[in-house]
Formats: sequence, structure tokens, C-alpha cells
Amino acid sequence: METGQRVLVVDDETSIRRYLRAALTAQGLTVYEASDGQEALNAVLAHRPDLIILDLGLPDIDGIEVTRRLREWSQTPIIILSVREAEQDKIAALDAGADDYLTKPFGTGELMARMRVVMRRQITSANEPIFTTGGLILDFSHRLVRVNEKEIQLTPTEYDILRLLVTHAGKVLTHRQLLRQIWGEGYDDMHILRVNISNLRAKLEPDPARPTYIHTEAGVGYRLRIDDRDSK
Amino acid sequence: MEQRPDPDELLKHAQAEEQAAKRGKLKIFLGYAAGVGKTYAMLEAAHQRKTQGIDVVIGYVETHKRADTDELVEGLNVLPRKQVEYHGVALPEMDVDEVIKRRPKIVLVDEFAHTNAPGSRHPKRYLDVEEILDAGIDVYTTLNVQHLESLNDVVAQVTGVIVRETVPDRVLDEASEIEVIDLPPDELMTRLKEGKVYIPEQASRAIDKFFRKGNLTALREMSLRRAAERVDNQMRSYMQTRAISGPWAAGERLLVCISPSPLAEKLIRTTRRLADELNAEWYAIYVEIASKPETKPANRERIGRTLQLAEELGAKTLTIAGRSIQEAVLDFSHKNNITKVVVGKPLKPRWQEIWNGSIVDQLIYASGDIDVYVISARTDLSKSIVPTEWQLHRPYGRYLLGLLLVAISTSIGLFIRGNLEPANLVMLYLASTVIAAVFLGRGPSLLTAIAGVLAFDYFLIPPYLTFAVSDTQYIITFVALFVVSLVVSSLTARVREQAEAAIQREKQTAALYDLSKDLTSAADLLQVANIIISQIGNAFGRDVAIFLPDNQQLQIFASSPNYQPDEHELAVAAWAYQHNQPAGRGTDTLPAAALRCHPLKTSNGIVGVLGVRSKDQTNFLSSEQRLTLAAFANQSALAIERASLSEQARQAEILRATESLQTALLNSISHDLRTPLVSITGALSSLDEDIGTLDEATRRALIENARGEADRLNRLVGNLLNMTRIESGAIKLRLESEDIQDVIGTALEQLGSRVANRKIQVNVPAGFPLVPMDFTLIAQVLVNVLENAVKYSPADSVIEVSAELLDEKIRIKISDRGAGIPSEDLTRIFDKFYRVQRPENVSGTGLGLSISKGIVEVHHGTIHASVREGGGTIITIELPLNNMG
Repeated sequence: METGQRVLVVDDETSIRRYLRAALTAQGLTVYEASDGQEALNAVLAHRPDLIILDLGLPDIDGIEVTRRLREWSQTPIIILSVREAEQDKIAALDAGADDYLTKPFGTGELMARMRVVMRRQITSANEPIFTTGGLILDFSHRLVRVNEKEIQLTPTEYDILRLLVTHAGKVLTHRQLLRQIWGEGYDDMHILRVNISNLRAKLEPDPARPTYIHTEAGVGYRLRIDDRDSK
Repeated sequence: MEQRPDPDELLKHAQAEEQAAKRGKLKIFLGYAAGVGKTYAMLEAAHQRKTQGIDVVIGYVETHKRADTDELVEGLNVLPRKQVEYHGVALPEMDVDEVIKRRPKIVLVDEFAHTNAPGSRHPKRYLDVEEILDAGIDVYTTLNVQHLESLNDVVAQVTGVIVRETVPDRVLDEASEIEVIDLPPDELMTRLKEGKVYIPEQASRAIDKFFRKGNLTALREMSLRRAAERVDNQMRSYMQTRAISGPWAAGERLLVCISPSPLAEKLIRTTRRLADELNAEWYAIYVEIASKPETKPANRERIGRTLQLAEELGAKTLTIAGRSIQEAVLDFSHKNNITKVVVGKPLKPRWQEIWNGSIVDQLIYASGDIDVYVISARTDLSKSIVPTEWQLHRPYGRYLLGLLLVAISTSIGLFIRGNLEPANLVMLYLASTVIAAVFLGRGPSLLTAIAGVLAFDYFLIPPYLTFAVSDTQYIITFVALFVVSLVVSSLTARVREQAEAAIQREKQTAALYDLSKDLTSAADLLQVANIIISQIGNAFGRDVAIFLPDNQQLQIFASSPNYQPDEHELAVAAWAYQHNQPAGRGTDTLPAAALRCHPLKTSNGIVGVLGVRSKDQTNFLSSEQRLTLAAFANQSALAIERASLSEQARQAEILRATESLQTALLNSISHDLRTPLVSITGALSSLDEDIGTLDEATRRALIENARGEADRLNRLVGNLLNMTRIESGAIKLRLESEDIQDVIGTALEQLGSRVANRKIQVNVPAGFPLVPMDFTLIAQVLVNVLENAVKYSPADSVIEVSAELLDEKIRIKISDRGAGIPSEDLTRIFDKFYRVQRPENVSGTGLGLSISKGIVEVHHGTIHASVREGGGTIITIELPLNNMG
């Protein structure tokens, strides 16, 4: 996050807004506040924030609906903060267009890391021809994958999944988003996704039982873990 | 001797009075023809009541635009009518709901005998009125005498006009007041000429025929007599309750026996009048001959309708089975102390009667001290109405088989005729005839007999190949052969038919028995409902639905596969529920519906509604089937009541368990909730109040401790929430095929720092299949179990997690090298708030394993603990592979 960037905090709890304002201002960010959905929509128009932190349980419009409405005309990154931990809520928020999801309570470091990820430009072969995290290297131009200097042979589908995860590195991708992007619209067979992820892990991970690269978001989807160079 | 009132009579009277007290009162303005001024009189009475300050409204009055009547309507509150759409025409009808909602003291309802537009709730207005009376509202109404059911055919005979709109006589008997509106016929005819009588257009042709002085006088007499009869009845009833001896007939009982003939209706009406005159109880029965049951649907339906008419006129009706009409009738009469039997004059030609024997003759001959009344019927009517269906016999094949039998016998006979006496050869034909009688039926066996006699004569009796008979003794053989075949065939035919009838009845009894047997084994309400649905569905070949109340609102609880009652049918069921009366097809209420609804009653009240629907729309239930259905409904009601009571008990049990959970929470959790808060508050206040005395290391320690405690608090709250979800059954499984290795990895990651420094060995065989489970919940189970393993085992020991594939399930084992669990605690560790007593203080709520057990059980799996060889504990979790269903 760069100093001076604008963040809109939407939450009906004053104490949470107060805490976020303190934590974010300390990072040199400009903070705007809204306490309900309507106010949030107005604030986005008025202040043009670079990032929105949105609670789901708002008194007037549900956070998921706010996300949906915002996405009709704005691509500003949205991070959901909620006490709702049911995976359906997370999936609904992510499918509605939210960029990430954090369950309350959370640590400030965790929030900052997520904020950095969603603010980052999308990784493409054009802006980052070779992607590196830990011992994993993906060379877009040569379609090459290396782990700890060793070249790994992937099937075309496995490569596509890995590339998609790399493109959104650090962000969670729901099962549905993965299925649609790799196999196409209307494809719902979770089975095939799991088999491919399992195979991919077997090839990439030093210990597939405790994966370091491809992280499972229980019941929601997968996330490619990245070195958080800016944190701490 | 002192006369004491009959206790039964007293009770009946008391019940009737109690009923009447709650019910509204009905006042009928009875006239003998249109134009005598019934509506006018009714409106006048209404105005009188109104001036007395009584709340009177008009539910439905037709003034026919006559000025004097119109004037009377003014000043009275007229309720809005309902428009019933029929073939694109809106027909105005009384709005019953509006009346009941408005709750006046008295409501005026014109034309009591009116037939409602199709699609209305009740087919007849008098049924609307009954509903209003039931709601405790008084009703004033108008009625012409020719609309009374029992006078219907008399009126038709006298005036030649058949009145289609009728009301049952009992409504007149049940009215609390009758006002006869009388006008001399001359005056009525004058009014008619002056155009003061409203005549519907389509009836104007019949008018001249109807409004003749003779007719009017007869009708007038009828109305006056009917009113007088009623007063007489009331007098008698009064005298009976007060034990005043009177001239009433001592226990006359009448029986009318009906047939599918349309004349049966006349029989019914006549018997009703006779019964009225004698103040006698009466029965209407239909005798089903076991050997030739009525199979034509048209006739069956007519029998059903006739019996229904009898019921409306106050008879007890039933169908009995017997070998012959006269036998069944007399048997029934003796058993039920019948004093008079009413039958119709036979319509068959005389010769048939001589041939078959006349039922009436046989009845009179065997009746003993029972009087037999024979009622005549006009034969021309019968001819025009009963089309004799000329049915061809289908099974020609059977006749051919009969002839084949004869041919076989003949060939055998030809082969051996030289060696045997012809008298023995005749046995061949006798055998053929008996075989034909047993297997082919009566007709083919007769043919076999005749053909047999002829063949016997032609081929086997010398002189051969002629019909001439040399020896006259063979004539006896012929006759004997013929008679034997006749007797055998009719005997076997009868036995077979009776057996079939018995099988039919047996089937229903068995079904009823099956129902009660199955119901006793049903565990819950849904099972009970499904048993009822399948058993009734099988026994009656119908779609079945069960409606049960939920928060006072009737809902569809369960129904036959491929059948979902629509909104209209639900409304029918709701009516049946509210009024505790049958509704829908074959009843008085909403008969246009396809569904027939029975209230399910028990001694404690109504528990729900049973709906049955014929799969094809033409199939009516016979009255016998209706009785069986009622028996089924009774059984069902009891079972449903029992099931819902135990359901309630279970709910109460859950409530109690929840309450005790809450108490336990308060006692046990308050400690666990407060402990982390103590550390957090302590740390924060130390930092807040620090005046520079804390060094950096102490500050860090305080902060880290507070943060760790906050995490613990969060997990505790999460556990409590999960526990509550499991307890309340609010957990919804999201079963997906999951990679067990991924689940274990996720659990380890969620444990995070708690397992960071522990050695954990995961062993999942390569190529392990995906397993159906809820990822998040099973991960939660592993977190809970692993957390315990970490907590209760030395820091340097290894924890092993392994998965293995069994036949139809997978087994996950988590093994530690901890202190182990005392064997008596092995099962109890899965109980809520149970913690193995340990000397050292290990924190925890005792909820983790209990939650795990709950989650595994909703997966239809098992979890148990065992002692590990060489020290430690193994927790084994087994999950079925076929959970996806």
C-alpha cells in the first residue's frame, strides 16, 4: 500500500471503525467511514476510494448486495470483513465480486497483507514474465515450472490451473471461478478439480500433506500463497 | 306405574339443546308458491327486529325490482355479493365468508333451496346457511313447499312440474321457527294476472300448467299440513322428554330395499313419508348378491346416489351381502327388529317371474310377522329410463374349449367303445362337463353337456351315426347327464363368485390389519404418514395425501409419489379441518374437487385431514368402500395422534436437554470464558497504566500472552456455536467428494502455532479415493482430535495420522503417545463437558470431542477411542463411502 491511498471502511460497529481508522492511518492511509450500505454507496461516489473494507451484516442493505451493486459500475477492490464464517457466505461474497474475505476477529498484519494482495496489479506474462514464490518458479513465456531448481512436468490442465492461481496470486479463487475459467461455463464437476489439485500438489509440494504453495480455503476454494515481501 | 323418562332420550335431547344453544336459530318463511309474499314478510320481520335494536343485515335478497319489496330493502344493511365466474358469466352468489366476518345477529337469506353456481363452496344454498348457523348467526330464509325433498315426487305427480332444487326435510325439522305465509289461491292468481308475481323467463311456459287453481290448492294443503306435522313432532318431543305418555307408535322400524332401478328414489321418498307418519326409525339397504355382483359403473353410481338420498332423508343406510335378496332382507330385519319392509313392485314380465320366482312373493311368503309393503311404479317411466344394455358375452374361447372337451371325450369313446358298456362311456362326458363347469363357467358347461349328450347319442349309442336311440333307457342317461351338469355348473359358479366376493372383503380386512400392524411399528410421524399413504393407496387404488396443522394452519404433510395436492385441494382440506366434516368429491361441500377429504378425528379432537383422489376421474367409492375408508381414517387418526404426541414429547425432551445444556454452559463455561479475559484485561491495563517501569521484554510478553488468550477465547466461542448448531440439528451437510489428504493438511494449518513444534506423521496411501464429506466440518473434527493429542502428549512424541480404505468406508486414525485414557472413560470422553481428571491443569472446555462426535454422526460415521499398545490413545474415525446416496 502506498502512503496517501484512500480506504473506505464500511461497518456499523463504531468500535471496529475506530480500530481500523487507527490501524490504517498509522500506515499512512487516508480513511473514510460509512456505517451502512447506502452511505457506503454514496461514499464510493464521493471519495473514489482505492480500496473498500466492507462488513456483511449492515443494518440496511446486506454487504453481498452492496458488493453486487458496486460491481455494476466500479472495479475498486473490496475486502469483506465478517463474523459470518459459513463457507456459503464467503462463496456468495466472492462470487458477487469481492476480492477477498477475512473472518473477524483478525490481526492487523493479516489485514494489511490481504490489502496488499488485492491492490497489486494482476500478474500477467507481460508485466512479470517469470513469477517466483519460495522455491516455485513459473516461466510464462516458456510454459516452464520449476520447484527448487527442478523442472516439473505438468499436464496442460494442471498448468492452466497453476497459471490461473499465479495470475491471482495471494487471492482466493472459488471452486466455481476455477471450474468456469479452466473447463468453461456451466461446468460443475468438483471431482475433476480436486483430482487435478491433488495431482498438482503431489508434483509441486515437498510435503503434500502440509502444502506450502497451494492453500485450501476450506469449503470455498484455493489460494496460491506468496512471499509477502512487504510485510513485517 | 310412574313413567320415567328414557335416559337415552333425555341425553339426546340435552345434546340437541346444547348444540342449538351455540348454533344460530333458523326461521323459515314457508310458502306454497311463488308470489305469496314470503320475501316481503321476511323483510317486514327484519324491520321489526331492527326497530328493536337488533343487528339485522341482508345476506342475499332478490326483490325482482318490485317497488314495494325494494322499499323494504332500503334501510337495511346489504352485504356485498360474491361473483362466481362460470363459463365466462359472473353469477352473483351470497358471500358466506363476508356474512361470518360481519357477524350480525340475524342475516336474511332468500330462496333457501337455491342451487349455487358451479364452483361455489357448497352446491346448495341451504348448506351455506348451515355454515352460517354453525357460526352462531341467526338466519331468516324463504322456502316454497315443493322444494322439500320428500314432497318432490308428490308435487311432480300433482302439478306435472319436476322441481330440481330441493332441500332435505331435516332442515325444516331443525328450524327453530316456521312462519307459514298463506294467501288464498284466488288472490294469488289475481296477483299473477296483474303481473305482481315474478316469473323467471325460462319458466314462463310451465307457468300456465303450474298456476292452476287445483295445483295451488294442493300445494297450499301440503304446506299447511307439513307445518302442522312439524308442530305435532315438537309436541311429541316435548311430551317424550317429560315422560308424558302419548299415543305414539311403539318402536316401529321400517326397512326399504333398493335396486339400481331409478324407481328406487320413489321408494325412498315413500318410505320416508311412511316413517314420518309412524314416527319410526328407518333403514335403506341394498343387497349385493354374492353370485352376481353389480358391475356396471352406471348402476353402482345410481345405487350410491340413492343411498345418499336416503341418508339425507334421515335413513340409516348400508349395503349387505347375501345369497338372495329375500334371505338377506329377512335376516337383516330379524336382527334389527324391523316391523315393516317396503319393496317395489317388480317390473319384470310375468313369465320371467314364473320362471325365476318372484322376490316379492318369496318375501311375503317368508316374512312371518313382518309387514311387507309393495309400492307400485309407473312402468313407462322405467322403460324410458333404464336402457337395457345388450351385452355380448366376450369369452367365445371358453365355449370352443367346451366343444373341444366333447371332441376329446368322443375320440376316446370311439377308441374304446367296443370294450366298454355305453353307460360307462357316459362318464367321459360327465367328466368333461364337470371340468367345463369348474374351469369355464356356467354357459360353456351347459354347452358341453348338450353337445356331450348329442355326441354320446350320435357316436356311441347303437345305431351309430344317427340320433335314433334303440334303447329307451338311454333317455334317462341323457337327462341325468344334463341335470348333473346344470347342478355342478351352478354350484361351482356360485362357489367361485362367493369366493371372489370373500376375497375382496378379505383383502380390505387384511389391508386394515396390515395398516394397524405397520402403524404400531412406525417410529415417527413421517413414517406413520408414509405407511398410511401406501396402505390406503394400495387398498383403494388411489392417490392419498395427509394434511396436518402447523401453527393452526393446515399444511400438506405427505402425499403419494407423483401426486402433489394443489392449492384448491388444500383449501378443500382446510375446510374439512375447520368444520370437522368430510369435504370434496362425493360430499356436500366443494363436490367439484377431485379430492375427497376426511377429517382425522380422535377422542381428543381433530388431528388432521386425510385426502384420497381417484386416479381416473370417473371411479366412485361404493358405500361399502366408504365405510372401509372411514375405518382406515380412524386407524390413521389414532396413529397420527400417537406419533405427534411422541413427537411433542421428543421436542420437550430436546428443550429440556437444551435447557440443561444452557445451565451446564453457565456453570462450566463462565470459568473458561473469564480466564482469557483476565489475562487480556490484565495485560491491557498494565500497558495502559505503565509509567515507564516495564521493560521491552515484559511488554512483549504481556502482549503476546493477551493475544494468545484472545485466540483461545475466539476458539471457545466457535466451539460453543458449533455445539449449539449440532444440538439444535441446524447443521446442514455440504457433501462433496474430498481429498482426505487435503482435509488433514487444512486441519494442521488451522492448528497453526499449536502444532508448529510437533512432529506429526501423515500417512495417506497413494491413489486414495475422494471421500464424500463436508470438508469444513471434518477438518474441524480433525482439529479438535489433534488438539487433544497435542495437549495430552509429551512435546517430543510423534503424533500419527493415517487413513486406510476399507470395504464401504474409510478409517482415519489419530494416534498419540500421551498419558492415555482410563478405560472406564473411553466412551465418556465424547460426552459434553466431560474432562478426564488429570493432576496437571490442562485448559479446555470438554466440548471438542463432543462436537466431533456430533459431526461424525451426521455423516453416518462413527468415532471412538481406544488404548494404544505401548501407551497412548488412538482415536478412530470411520466414514461411509456411499454417503452421496
